[in-house]
Amino acid sequence: MNSYLLKRIMVLVPVLIGMTMIVFSIIHAIPGDPAETILGQKATEQSKQALREQLGLDKPWLQQYFNYMGDLLQGDLGTSIRTKTPIAKEIMPYLAATLELTAAAMLFAAFVGVNAGILSAWRQNSWFDYTAMIIALVGVSMPIFWLGLMEQLLFALKLHWLPSIGRMDQRNPVESITNLYVIDTIIAGQWGQLWTVIKHLILPSIALGTIPMAIIARMTRSSMLEVMNSDYIRTAKAKGMPQFLVVYKHALKNALIPVLTVVGLQTGALLGGAVLTETIFAWPGVGRYIYEAISSRDYPVIQTGILVIAFIFVVINLLVDLLYAAIDPRINYK
Amino acid sequence: MKKWSSLALAVTLGAVLTLSGCGGDNNNNAGTEATGSNAAATAAPESSPEAAAQQDTLILGRGGDSASLDPAIVTDGESLKIGHQVFDSLLEYKPGTSEVQASLADSWEVSADGLTYTFKLHPGVKFHDGTDFNAEAVVFNFTRWSDPASEFKFEGDSFDYYDSMFGPEGSRVIKEVKAVDATTVQFTLNQPQAPFLQNIAMTSFGIASPAAIKEKKENFKNEPVGTGPYVFKEWKRNDSITLDRNPNYWKEGLPKLNKIIVRSIPDNSARFNALQNGEIDLMEDLSPDDLSTLEGNTGLQKIERPPFNVSYLGFNFKQKPFDNVKVRQALNYAVNKQAIIDAFFSGQATAAVNPMPPSLWGYNDAVKDYEYDLDKAKALLAEAGYPEGLPDPVTLYAMPVSRPYMPDGKKVAEAIQADWEKIGVKTVIESPEWATYLDDTKAGEKDDIYMLGWTGDNGDPDNFLYTLLDKDAIPGNNRSFYVNEELHTLLINAQKETDQAKRSGLYKQAQEIIKADAPWIPLVHTTPLLAAKANLKGYVPGPTGTEYYSEIYFEQ
Repeated sequence: MNSYLLKRIMVLVPVLIGMTMIVFSIIHAIPGDPAETILGQKATEQSKQALREQLGLDKPWLQQYFNYMGDLLQGDLGTSIRTKTPIAKEIMPYLAATLELTAAAMLFAAFVGVNAGILSAWRQNSWFDYTAMIIALVGVSMPIFWLGLMEQLLFALKLHWLPSIGRMDQRNPVESITNLYVIDTIIAGQWGQLWTVIKHLILPSIALGTIPMAIIARMTRSSMLEVMNSDYIRTAKAKGMPQFLVVYKHALKNALIPVLTVVGLQTGALLGGAVLTETIFAWPGVGRYIYEAISSRDYPVIQTGILVIAFIFVVINLLVDLLYAAIDPRINYK
Repeated sequence: MKKWSSLALAVTLGAVLTLSGCGGDNNNNAGTEATGSNAAATAAPESSPEAAAQQDTLILGRGGDSASLDPAIVTDGESLKIGHQVFDSLLEYKPGTSEVQASLADSWEVSADGLTYTFKLHPGVKFHDGTDFNAEAVVFNFTRWSDPASEFKFEGDSFDYYDSMFGPEGSRVIKEVKAVDATTVQFTLNQPQAPFLQNIAMTSFGIASPAAIKEKKENFKNEPVGTGPYVFKEWKRNDSITLDRNPNYWKEGLPKLNKIIVRSIPDNSARFNALQNGEIDLMEDLSPDDLSTLEGNTGLQKIERPPFNVSYLGFNFKQKPFDNVKVRQALNYAVNKQAIIDAFFSGQATAAVNPMPPSLWGYNDAVKDYEYDLDKAKALLAEAGYPEGLPDPVTLYAMPVSRPYMPDGKKVAEAIQADWEKIGVKTVIESPEWATYLDDTKAGEKDDIYMLGWTGDNGDPDNFLYTLLDKDAIPGNNRSFYVNEELHTLLINAQKETDQAKRSGLYKQAQEIIKADAPWIPLVHTTPLLAAKANLKGYVPGPTGTEYYSEIYFEQ
């Protein structure tokens, strides 16, 4: 197990180096003068030239790449061109915001998805099964943009149940310690604030989590159906075991492996795909951070941002692989 | 496994229960949240009167975040908006206009030759850090902006507005800034500059605390210190900026609110939703499409910013046949501006005749527009040698982004395409991504006609006519590559002339020349829309897009 872990971590290195090369070349292939974009239409030619020199944009790109990698290895993630602040310092609050949103969305997607999948399989061809699968089908094809605006319209504007934007009530702000507000409010013991923070999380995490929820539901259902037809389940049923236990204890354990893969992949996809949700709900996350960097040609931020997401994605995949072994002892890594 | 699934069920159940519990919770909510000192009107826009009475916090929603909080190093409007609250300049614009009036300088004298400006400063003003504002502080700031070797010009900074308003290094307008005594500061110029006072009043030339710059160094752009009505408190990037009331503000009785929170909410519809839900009090850039919803809501009000912009189609003189004035005039005759305004601006725009807005002094009312007349257009094309219309399709660059002067460039381009089709001009619309768009139009190799616009910076016609259409602006903002020596002489003379009546005459002449040469098709001057809670008072929208929040208050 430990040597497997080590091997897996070693594999990460070329993957990440490959990522840097791909991201770097794509970004530099985008047309447009970063100096003009950064300084705006109203800047003078002189200051644009000075900026190019200062950023090293006048150097050949291979040299730029090696400079970048050299800095990266020393732990320097670069400095944002637009805000002139070190990215390592700047990215943390964004990352925390995205992690909080992604976690909430995944929690929603996994709980609702897995349970809907199980119930559909358990009551195959029932009205519940049909309804759930139709909802799942609609959920997969629902544009996040539209869903988000509709949620705001219904739950915020019409019903006044939930806030429509942001992470907290600005009139009564939360002191940030970790920037994960759910945790911050718990640490501070501010339960009223915690409830406000959770209310702010509900709409965006449903918008973000709907697609993975639908995918997970369908995956769980088919995986469960397969397991439910196997011999050991028939045996369990024949022993007169209560059906609830058969489903939730015996069947679920084996059906969960492929579901776990999907959950892992979807979490990674959520990290990258949060841009739209973050825009609609004014959520100051890493998706918007990168999006704004792209529109202002902030090369270092785009590079580092994508790299950080790729890194988290790879780590999640690693965790999923390790979880397989924990759930199913038959899986081992010799 | 059993534990896991029962936990899952418990949490799911819990979530369902709390969600369904939300509905009945509405009144409770308002009760508990109102315990915060200024938590009025969180739950619903129709807040109770006593809640509204205590509201002393303004939450403003806007489309983007600031790039930096030091107004001297930025050129983007979002950054300047905040700078405007934290800093005061020597002079300021009268709210809602582009006329200058006293601010940190109580009075000023100009020498007869227009080369010396002596400002008398307001005594007893303090920066937010408690240090004194005085003539030395003014000298410090101007030296910081003009001296390329200044130790307070930090890595990556450039003082672009200083360079563009007072000339780049080597051709500075300001020769020297001198502290005569603690409250008198004297500017000596190398040459007269007519818009000098207009320029001095810009937010970019807000006076910063020298002590704070020395202490905070490059961090000053994240923690600004000025003399303005609001004190910077906190900046959560891409989320919100919090400003607190300056209790020692030197203008009596101001500011009226205790706190201002400026939130970035990029999506126009989401921002409007948040306003309707009472999460923000004031929003910028309302989509014209949402106007009818706004007008149907008695809890909200519409605020119109004075039109101080122009959007236009520019002809690229580098491409044939657009170097031919008859062709340009023909296409001018073939654009139905009123139809465009009705279809895409919900009436929130006026047809543009000249390259500058009618509210600006020096505007020439006598200039007649090329009215919509397809027969005249065809006749002119025939005179130019194209009786059957243009032989090749025209490449029309339409803006890929939304701007205050042009919310949807592509749709407008399509309407114009249909008009031109009628006189035998085929159009191919291209909308590359924004940075490429600006590069391409600046190089002038790919586009035949391009769409663009401008919002005035400082209330001087020079900032429209010279900046956009003079030969000095090539390469740069003159993306038409339009050169007219007569116009150039006029504009340069107008810069040197200090008598405003004479300058006005020169600019009127300039507009006639431009109309006859038709380097552009001026399209519209838009009225940008804002929306606010009905009880918000004292907000005077400024034409240049920056305004003082110090007079805003909430009525009972």
